[in-house]
Parts: sequence; C-alpha cells; structure tokens
Amino acid sequence: MRKAGGDAKISGATLALCQAGLLFAIFGAWYVLTETGVLAPFFFGRPFKVAQVIWEWFASGKIYPHLAITLIETILAFAVGSLLGLGIGLWLALTPLASALADPYIKAMNAMPRVILAPIFAVWFGLGITSKVALGVTLVFFIVFFNVYQGVKEVSPVVLANARMLGASKRQLLRYIYLPSATSWVFSSLHTSVGMAFVGAVVGEYLGSAKGVGYLILQAEGVFDIDTVIAGIFVLTVFALLLDYIVTRIEARLLVWRPKTAETEAM
Amino acid sequence: MTTTVAPAAAALGLENVTCAFAGRGGEGNYIAVRDTTLAVNAREFVSIVGPTGCGKSTLLNVAAGLLAPSTGRALAHGVPLTGVNTRAGYMFQSDALMPWRNTLDNVTAGPEFHGVAKAEATAKARDWLARVGLTGFEDRYPHQLSGGMRKRVALAQMLILDPEILLMDEPFSALDIQTRQLMENELLELWSASGKSVLFITHDLEEAISLSDRVIVLSAGPETHPIGEFAIDLPRPRDVAEIRMQRHFTEIFEAIWQVLKSEVLKGYAQSRR
Repeated sequence: MRKAGGDAKISGATLALCQAGLLFAIFGAWYVLTETGVLAPFFFGRPFKVAQVIWEWFASGKIYPHLAITLIETILAFAVGSLLGLGIGLWLALTPLASALADPYIKAMNAMPRVILAPIFAVWFGLGITSKVALGVTLVFFIVFFNVYQGVKEVSPVVLANARMLGASKRQLLRYIYLPSATSWVFSSLHTSVGMAFVGAVVGEYLGSAKGVGYLILQAEGVFDIDTVIAGIFVLTVFALLLDYIVTRIEARLLVWRPKTAETEAM
Repeated sequence: MTTTVAPAAAALGLENVTCAFAGRGGEGNYIAVRDTTLAVNAREFVSIVGPTGCGKSTLLNVAAGLLAPSTGRALAHGVPLTGVNTRAGYMFQSDALMPWRNTLDNVTAGPEFHGVAKAEATAKARDWLARVGLTGFEDRYPHQLSGGMRKRVALAQMLILDPEILLMDEPFSALDIQTRQLMENELLELWSASGKSVLFITHDLEEAISLSDRVIVLSAGPETHPIGEFAIDLPRPRDVAEIRMQRHFTEIFEAIWQVLKSEVLKGYAQSRR
C-alpha cells in the first residue's frame, strides 16, 4: 500500500537513523549533566544505574510477576469497561426516554476526575487487582459508551430502511445493523481505551497495592531510589508501546471494510 | 392517452394519499404530497417523473410502507399496508449496502433475515451475483467496488428475495451515462423475464420513457399530485440507448415535456427562493 503525496524528502532508513541519533543525544546529555553534577543525580538519576536496574529486573525474572499483574489488570479493565460501555451505550441510544433521563448524570460522571475514585475502590475492593480493574473500568467505560452512542446515532437511515425492506425484525436490526455499526466505533477508539485501561491499572497500583509495576515505582519512591522509579517508567513506556502495536494489528484486521484515504495497491 | 386503474385491483396502489410533515420554521404543516391516487398493475413498468424535490421519494416510501401517509392508504395486491411492504423490494438512490459486510454477505442478508439456512442463502447469492455479473467480487467490501458494481450488488440484494413489486428511487442517477444505460438494459432484461411490477422514480424523462409502459408526471411541490399519465407504446424488447433515436420516442417525449416543462420551471423558481 502506498500513500500519495507527503512532503517528507528523507528516506525511511535515514529517518530511523536520525531518530536513533536523537535518542542517543538525549541520553548522552542526561549522562553528562548528571555525571558532572549540573543535574543532581539524587533527583534525576543516572542512565547507567537505570539500565542496570532494568537489566537486573529482567535477568533475575523479578519483574515478570509484576508485569503480568499489570497486564491482567489492563486486559480485565478493558474487557469489562468495553462490555459495559457497549451494553449501556446500545441500550441508552435505542431508548430515548432512558437516555434523556440519564443524560445529565452521564455528563456529570464523565466530567468528574475519576482517578480520584481510586481511594474509594481501594476501600471497597482492597489492595488486590479488583480495585485497579474498577478504576480502569471507570476510565474505559465512558470512552466506549460515547463511541457506541455516537455509532448508533450515526447509523445511516438508508442502510436501516434497506435492512427493514429486506425483512429485518427489530432484534435483527439490533444484531445486524446497530451492533456492527457501534462496534466499529468501539474499534476505532481501541487505542484510547486500551491506553486508559493501562493508566487505570498503573495509577491504581501506584496509589496502593502489593504487586505490579506501579507498586515497584511506589516502593522505590518511598526510599528515594530515583533510578528505580525511572527504570519503572521506562519499562511501562515500552510496555505501552507494545500494547499499542498489538492494538494496531488487531484494528487492521477488524476494520478491513473501512475505506482508507488516497491509497493504491503496489503492483 | 390517459389510463386509469383502480388501486385496489392493482399489484401496488396508492389511494388518496396525502403526506404532511411538521412545519419548517413554524409555518404550520408542510404538505409534500396531496391527494394522490395511482396504481401499478401486475407485470407493469411504471415511472414517475417530476421536478427535483417534488416529493417523489415520499410517495415511494409510502408504497414501501416505510412511511405512513397522513391520510389515504397504500395497498399491495389489494391488501392495505400496516407496516413494511413485504411484497416489495426497494432500491435506494444512495448507497444502502452494509459497509461492514462484503458483497456476498450483503446479498445473503435478506434470506438470512428470513431465517433461510446459511448454505442455501450462499448458493442463491452466488447465483444472483453471477446474474448481475459480479462473480469474483464476493469478498470485496462496498468501498472497494465502483458505483456501478455497488448498484449491481443492491440489485442482487433486492432480487434474491424475489419480490413481486420493485420500488426504485432514482437508482442509477449517480452513475455515468454509459454505465447507466448498461444497467437500465440489464434491469429491463431481468424484469421482462420475471413478470414483476416496477414503480421507478426518476427526474430524467428519457430514462422514464425508454424503460416504462406508463409514465406518470407529478406537479412541482409542495402539494405534489399527478398531473398527467402517458402510455408508452414503444415495442419491446428495447435497447435504452437505441430507442431514443426512434421518431415515436421523440413524439412521446414532446407530449410529456409539454406537461412537465412548466412544473420544472415552477420547481426551479421555488428552489431559488
């Protein structure tokens, strides 16, 4: 697949090289500034120390159970939040009375900074994964909910009329028209909702937990071990990039029917 | 040249149909269609022509049972409609295919809704896709097809259910002229072999004459109603591209145009207001 246009003149290889160079420069500056004492290593850490911590985590295998917990929390939060958002979104979008009734409360709940619910969830569900999942669910739910709501409202009236003429019953319209249309909107918001599930998991762990990458960071912070904090942040970043990559692959599979702009197939 | 048919005896009938919509900008009710009676006989191809925005689609939606008229009623084979007209198939002006389904699955949708087994529906759909010349495109999604191909899919999607009445709302208006004439010829071929009734809506008088047995002319809106009815006694089978060159075609065209012209001008004047 090729995209037409684009004003970038440099080739892919050169660009990758420049990007690597930029990374190297940033790390180099960090190293020089902390080694010469311009930036206090106590506050800014030292790149080699950070690398060492990461290396030890993976070499000893100490990080894996924590990563697994964070991943499970993310997946559960995403799954539960998406299902709830899909179900309630469909229901409210197709029941004008319920939607009118719930409208101000949905708006209020969406406007509320929901991260602040974490302490309440910790009290309700304890320090295990449930409280993190609950936090992630509140973040994911609204993204999915609003997309489903939009998806149902944006169903083409012609497609709908056509399905009715082809003999679709009310239930069949829900299953064959509204649901696919809504899920396509959910899939297109996959990046945001998976990202939010991840944020929920990590923030939940950071605010109180016994396991997970957020917990490692919390512990290190408690003893002013800034190197470990930064190492945790790096691990989380790489992990998030990996998740995003997987989502991109899944998305490409699920949305094959979506037209892409200005695209020709390579001969 | 006027023929009148009793709506109750026909394959499709509209009886004294009036459609009023809630007023625009608080001007009270907007009456799109007033007191319209028309009928399509079994095996008859009837076209409705009228200026743009005159309420042609409204009439067709009433005939499809998608829209309940304010007064009057729609009948299919003498039976008043209470919901969607189950004996009719509808081909829309704009794209009505499900974008998330590929060609094959779009065509199987109708049988699927009616509870036909998947294997049987698929076999039937493949047969219909072959008939409209789309074999090999089963796996394509609508956005990967050209406008003409999408119309063929829509045609197969409608015809697979074997409806007795075909309702067509300017189905080919978005196509270029060559593709359009090819599609029109294919439609005539499919129709003549099937014995179905067709109610075809268009703003193109040439298209209406070349396809139909009868052409009904509507007045400009609001309060649209039929103002003329013309039997088209051109021989069949017809080739829509060639029939336009016949002298008799031109004569019919002139006769209808005399009635249509003033309405088109009225419609144009209204659209500029």
